[in-house]
Amino acid sequence: MTVERLLKDEATEEKGDRARMASFVGAMAIADLVKTTLGPKGMDKILQSTGRGHNVTVTNDGATILKSLHIDNPAAKVLIDISKVQDDEVGDGTTSVVVLAGELLREAEKLVNKKIHPMTIIAGYRLAAECARNALLQKAKDNKRDPDKFKSDLMKIAMTTLSSKILSQDKEQFAKLAVDAVLRLKGSTNLESIHILKKAGGSLKDSFLDEGFILDKKIGIGQPKHIENAKILVANTAMDTDKVKIYGARVRVDSMAKVAEIEGAEKEKMREKVQKIIAHGVNCFVNRQLIYNFPEELFADAGILAIEHADFEGIERLALVTGGEIASTFDNPESVKLGHCKLIEEIMIGEDKLIHFSGVEMGQACTIVLRGASSHVLDEAERSLHDALCVLSQTVNDSRVLLGGGWPEMVMAKEVDDLARKTPGKKSHAIEAFSHALQAIPTIIADNAGVDSAELISQLRAEHHNDTTNAGIDIISGGVGDMEKLGISESFKVKQGVLLSATEAAEMILRVDEIITCAPRKRENRM
Amino acid sequence: MALAFDEYGRPFIIIKEQGQKARLRGLDAQKANISAGKAVARILRTSLGPKGMDKMLQSPDGDVVITNDGATILEQMDVDNQIAKLMVELSRSQDYEIGDGTTGVVVLAGALLEQAEKLLERGIHPIRISEGYEMASKLSVEHLESISQKFEFSVTNIEPLVQTCMTTLSSKIVNRCKRALAEIAVKAVLAVADLERKDVNLELIKVEGKVGGKLEDTELIYGILVDKDMSHPQMPKRIEDANIAILTCPFEPPKPKTKHKIDIDTVEKFQTLRQQEQNYFDDMVQKCKDVGATLVICQWGFDDEANHLLMHRNLPAVRWVGGVELELIAIATGGRIVPRFQELTTEKLGKAGLVREKSFGTTKDRMLYIEHCANSRAVTIFIRGGNKMMIEETKRSLHDALCVARNLIRNNSIVYGGGSAEISCSIAVEAAADRYPGVEQYAIRSFAEALDSIPMALAENSGLPPIDTLTAVKSQQIKEGNPYCGIDCNDVGTNNMREQNVFETLIGKQQQILLATQVVKMILKIDDVITPAEY
Repeated sequence: MTVERLLKDEATEEKGDRARMASFVGAMAIADLVKTTLGPKGMDKILQSTGRGHNVTVTNDGATILKSLHIDNPAAKVLIDISKVQDDEVGDGTTSVVVLAGELLREAEKLVNKKIHPMTIIAGYRLAAECARNALLQKAKDNKRDPDKFKSDLMKIAMTTLSSKILSQDKEQFAKLAVDAVLRLKGSTNLESIHILKKAGGSLKDSFLDEGFILDKKIGIGQPKHIENAKILVANTAMDTDKVKIYGARVRVDSMAKVAEIEGAEKEKMREKVQKIIAHGVNCFVNRQLIYNFPEELFADAGILAIEHADFEGIERLALVTGGEIASTFDNPESVKLGHCKLIEEIMIGEDKLIHFSGVEMGQACTIVLRGASSHVLDEAERSLHDALCVLSQTVNDSRVLLGGGWPEMVMAKEVDDLARKTPGKKSHAIEAFSHALQAIPTIIADNAGVDSAELISQLRAEHHNDTTNAGIDIISGGVGDMEKLGISESFKVKQGVLLSATEAAEMILRVDEIITCAPRKRENRM
Repeated sequence: MALAFDEYGRPFIIIKEQGQKARLRGLDAQKANISAGKAVARILRTSLGPKGMDKMLQSPDGDVVITNDGATILEQMDVDNQIAKLMVELSRSQDYEIGDGTTGVVVLAGALLEQAEKLLERGIHPIRISEGYEMASKLSVEHLESISQKFEFSVTNIEPLVQTCMTTLSSKIVNRCKRALAEIAVKAVLAVADLERKDVNLELIKVEGKVGGKLEDTELIYGILVDKDMSHPQMPKRIEDANIAILTCPFEPPKPKTKHKIDIDTVEKFQTLRQQEQNYFDDMVQKCKDVGATLVICQWGFDDEANHLLMHRNLPAVRWVGGVELELIAIATGGRIVPRFQELTTEKLGKAGLVREKSFGTTKDRMLYIEHCANSRAVTIFIRGGNKMMIEETKRSLHDALCVARNLIRNNSIVYGGGSAEISCSIAVEAAADRYPGVEQYAIRSFAEALDSIPMALAENSGLPPIDTLTAVKSQQIKEGNPYCGIDCNDVGTNNMREQNVFETLIGKQQQILLATQVVKMILKIDDVITPAEY
């Protein structure tokens, strides 16, 4: 007698080999999808959203592509998840992590077909990952002590990161932009204080880093457009008529005259507030909320520059750069810290008027103005720059550096291969497979660049037999080159993140021997 | 026929026997129930032991959970069958009571049902079977008691506890760094344990997770972690020797409960009201300041003005802190939760040695650490991991480890794991069976066989030949009189679990056997299944 129904209707259950197949296929499909974007000659993808307007995004950022996919396969979701985490933690390597996990699973599938138990494969992968990490640790260089060298390391990393993105044409300029911006942060990883402003028009080459701060706002009418030695009050307060906050209060009058009286009182109150603000001795007032016509007029009369409706981040950044505090009450002017800057002026970028604060006290924040032909280009440029900034800020904290161009993968593969030879038992197959998976990454980079990958990888492997080699793939010439001389570097932290997350994800998927899918929650039909 | 006649001979229908109403009776019902129970056990069987596999579960909303925790699998499985639901509850009650062994209990129940089916086919009455099972379970619980050992540990010597937690963790995905996690779990439990009363309040251990970093970055914080940041971006990020005011009242003008209206009809009223309002804020901040608070933690929000006033008076504040966290903070810092500003006094302030804000990764995530609290009884385990699934799974695994450590503090008797306890029980029950006359003897013997299924599943999952391994271990146990022989899952080379340091708590094992027997008895007693028609 069989059980007719153990699970709810529509819930499905897949067991053993079938379950494993389903997750392998799903994971590999995802990896293959983003594979072609890997490396300096990787291609982009067009993503069209299903929402209104069918917005189009052109990108080769792994995390962005994967985020936009609607996936039904649970194993594929695991991969998307790791790419997201990689994005949050280190910002770059989002494609590599998925591709490596996919390759690890591809190798694992072969082993499973050879009747090796998944647990044995996992044990082997773990040993291999540990060994690979140690290999990286040994080879990593740390130039923190030497500021010049460190800066050139950062430049190299930024250029390597940017070379695979849309900015690759002007990578030197952007690398310099990114390095300058990150060095201003002085070790903090808070990228919030780097403001990226996108303005369509011009070309990417016209982008620049501004030492001061640019606020995308207009100056009120009739107010000075140019202030030297500005004292700035940064505020977050309602500049319309204040509401009475006491619960249950309401205005109830019986004649028109009284309405006018109360309106007058309200106006008086506003005037008082403005007076208080003016009493701080400021000549620039920036508010997060709206400033109504009446107070604006008052400010204009007093010759104060009033800027309304700056967004919250703008306010925080402005407070940071000018060294002022964000004020909401104005009763004791002596204790409120005001911000200072040498010059406030209105500038034009393209056709837009912006407010430019220069000569600020604290140099921590800065603005990068991106120019480009279309909004798609700008969006992609912002993403690329963001990746570069993330990697750089992480590198400032953990200054270990590796060479790029497939060099770290080959180094790891060699060490892992050595380990496989030394390890007895079935595990050694898995360790060997790990090394294959590692070598797949340079292979893909080479394939994407249209060079003969089989030839190139075998040459590389031969080179790497020598312990001190700097050989990697030179995409430009299509051969093996010295990475040190070509100046291609990568951050240790990114590589380590890729290695560990990919192994973890592969392990997780390998351990599964049963997939139970619940019935999808019914959407209520709102017709 | 579900038809009866009343005293006047008129028929009335007890149960509508119509096409859409499914009904199973007698042996059919029992067999259907047993096969449902077995099906559930079969799903979990492969997750047993250190080499057990995981299950991937996709929830109705499309979220993916990967786990090998029995209770979690069953909970997420969307089971529709009634008997299967019983099994789900079985593992849940093991989870509540003991916290570990949730897979084992279901596998054991499945094995018992399988044996019962064979007996039923021989025509043995289900009640007799359950009586036999009852006797056998009593026998095995007693036997477990006799082979159990006292387990010595102290606050200074935590090594044995760590070893036990490692056994629990070794079957989970986190076994890569089981040593570190086991130490964290043990230290956490010892920090909150009341060794005098032998009681541990697990509520005091909060397990928090945040995506990112590595599993190795998981840390134990002697204090509390709040997923909030300072209300004003320019407030200090680090406060030493903080005096904390814990408030449940908002920084807002009070809202009287009685319904009222304030009518503004003259300019004077408007102005006095405004004055009043400003005083409120000032008063509130002043009161906090007066009692000497250096940090305000508030359950509610406060508006920009209050925020600035606080910042201005150099009084850092945290807003929107949840009720549970607020209670934990109160316990840890020895403060009192204050519902009204008027009641704020110096004694009611909580004390903490260090409060700091820490940011993570490239995203704008900050968390607040409250450490070196006056009353260090509350601890937080902060888990980092590659992805959300990993963290959830680590949480579950740590929960199991915490429960095991707690159980050992409550009752320090242990039995050895790796299936050795089950094999030993099986031998004892088998031997005792012959002393019972009657049909029950068969049931007791079946019980012994069912107990064998756990080591069998262990061996199977570890890739060992199940029958060979089991019989070898069994004969070794009888020959050497050594109840510590089990299945060598990790290929260490010895099957003496005492040398491998693999053990489980006595109460956990006993509970498994008792609970499994109870559920099986319940299932066997059912002889009629009536399913209402689907609407």
